[in-house]
Amino acid sequence: MAGHWGRFNVVSLVFGFAFLYLPIVLLVIYSFNESQLVTVWAGFSTRWYVALFSNQGLLDAAWVTVRVAFLSATTATVLGTLAALALTRYTRFRGRVLFSGMVFAPLVMPEVITGLSLLLLFVAMNLDRGFMTVTIAHITFSMCFVAVVVQSRLITFDRSLEEAALDLGATPVRAFFQVTLPVIMPAVLAGWMLAFTLSLDDLVIASFTSGPGATTLPMKIYSQVRLGVTPEINAVSTILIAVVSVGVIVASLVTKRAEVQRRRDEQMAARG
Amino acid sequence: MKSLGSIRRSFAPWADPAAVPYIAFEGVTKTFGAFAAVNNLSLTIYEREFFALLGASGCGKSTLLRMLAGFEEPTAGRILLEGEDLRGIPPYRRPVNMMFQSYALFPHMSVEANIAFGLRQDGMPKAAIAERVAEMLKLVKLEPFARRKPHQLSGGQRQRVALARSLAKRPKVLLLDEPLGALDKKLREETQFELMDLQQELGLTFVVVTHDQEEAMTMADRIAVMDRGEVIQVATPAEIYEAPSSRFVADFVGTVNMFEGTVAERSDAGVVIAEAGGMRLRAAEGGAAGPGDTVWFAIRPEKVRVSAARPPEAGNAVEGEVWDIAYLGDVTVYHIRLDDGRIVKATAINSRRVVEDALTWHDRAWVSFAADAGVVLTR
Repeated sequence: MAGHWGRFNVVSLVFGFAFLYLPIVLLVIYSFNESQLVTVWAGFSTRWYVALFSNQGLLDAAWVTVRVAFLSATTATVLGTLAALALTRYTRFRGRVLFSGMVFAPLVMPEVITGLSLLLLFVAMNLDRGFMTVTIAHITFSMCFVAVVVQSRLITFDRSLEEAALDLGATPVRAFFQVTLPVIMPAVLAGWMLAFTLSLDDLVIASFTSGPGATTLPMKIYSQVRLGVTPEINAVSTILIAVVSVGVIVASLVTKRAEVQRRRDEQMAARG
Repeated sequence: MKSLGSIRRSFAPWADPAAVPYIAFEGVTKTFGAFAAVNNLSLTIYEREFFALLGASGCGKSTLLRMLAGFEEPTAGRILLEGEDLRGIPPYRRPVNMMFQSYALFPHMSVEANIAFGLRQDGMPKAAIAERVAEMLKLVKLEPFARRKPHQLSGGQRQRVALARSLAKRPKVLLLDEPLGALDKKLREETQFELMDLQQELGLTFVVVTHDQEEAMTMADRIAVMDRGEVIQVATPAEIYEAPSSRFVADFVGTVNMFEGTVAERSDAGVVIAEAGGMRLRAAEGGAAGPGDTVWFAIRPEKVRVSAARPPEAGNAVEGEVWDIAYLGDVTVYHIRLDDGRIVKATAINSRRVVEDALTWHDRAWVSFAADAGVVLTR
């Protein structure tokens, strides 16, 4: 009986993972293809990676993307954390429901609409579209993700920690930076990571709000693919996947180690 | 000299009309929306006093403490510390420190850093901080744990860190919010005595909030019994227990047998109460009750004697049936069912190991108590 179910589970597992990862695996394999033709295997080669590093257009786009992601993630983290603080702390101000609804609406808003409305705004404000406008747009939509992550941590945050800091003579600002922020830091960092990857991935909103000289990597890849998929695109995508995977693995290892350490500490405490 | 209860106090500034209050609540009201957590409350606390606010949850005792710490501002009334109005002074500028119920230890800081936190806020020189921290660690016997993080400590150790941290700045008043609530019974009892010794040693004023009457009775010089935002009685533990001002206090603190009736006679020898169930009870002191007034006669179980035969010279005696017996080791609790169905509770101290002719279930028995063993309450 167990064996029967075991086989069923194995099959469904294989199908599930194949569904999720087969396209990515294919992409990675073909990035090492010797041939110019994407669909024909002609032997192993790293020539497309070499070619990639002499493709100034792609490199520029990658650099723009990293700068946009860094700047927008950092700003969104500050704003999102402040929004989360306001929402958890001041539970009784006028229009709180409206405010929280407005903070979280972008989570479910179709990206096309966010992009279009931002575009209209920038045009109305007579703002030249470019690096700044993409960054602003990314801050706008990633801020609410940070707010959600930080707010969920703040809900379980023991307010008496802050009160204890005040009681011991810390001004509210010092209490925030010396007690509250260090305690919620993991959530703030997680929010930053999320905002960073969201910005890295974004194609739709960037397409609406970007201008000449500020083409992001997803935009560049997309425009090149329209002219036909080249192995170069496979190579750059493989690098992107590698970067994201390393980030995720490092983050989970750090969390796991912290968890193991905490458990060991608690056992130590229990023994006295 | 006669003393109420079994102890005589030498420290009693509240009885001295010339003594100046250290902390004074004057007509303090605190409302949250339509709910009055504290209602027109006045209270004075003296220097070096160990003062307890006792009440059930939601009685306003914590709100009172938080107003003293500065986390809440009174809606009306004043709070004075050494004659100075505290209104508008934020918590970080008040010379009081608080020990939180949850301890509120900073999880990202070591024990040392937790204790040093308040001192660092004041900009104390590093060497002086180190010295004070060492002194505090010694005071709470935590020297070997200085570098540990709070989550590496046991509950009792955390409680000590919280105490050391709140004492490090040498506050004028230490506020303790349910300080022993999270400890197990044995540790709690030990810590109660340690806190008392510490308070004596440091000569500080302690204000403790608790719902545990035993804790309040053990530690406090005076207790304020609170109910629904008001102080019902402020007195020493012995007065609270032996001379409660109302049925609420008598019932809230300890166990009590209560008999309702009207005053039938009043003389120099006390009052005679015509009890609702038909008994006539003699009480040595009638208080303010006059003939015809409705009163309640309250008698503590340990002051009720249980015997097989009617005692010859008891002020009051009534017969019943042994309904329940609980042997607790140090004492035995009897529930005697009177013939009209009411239960009288009595406790007897087991001062002997072997007792002849002990009572058992369904025996006929007499409960008796002296005329001065109970109190007459008028409200």
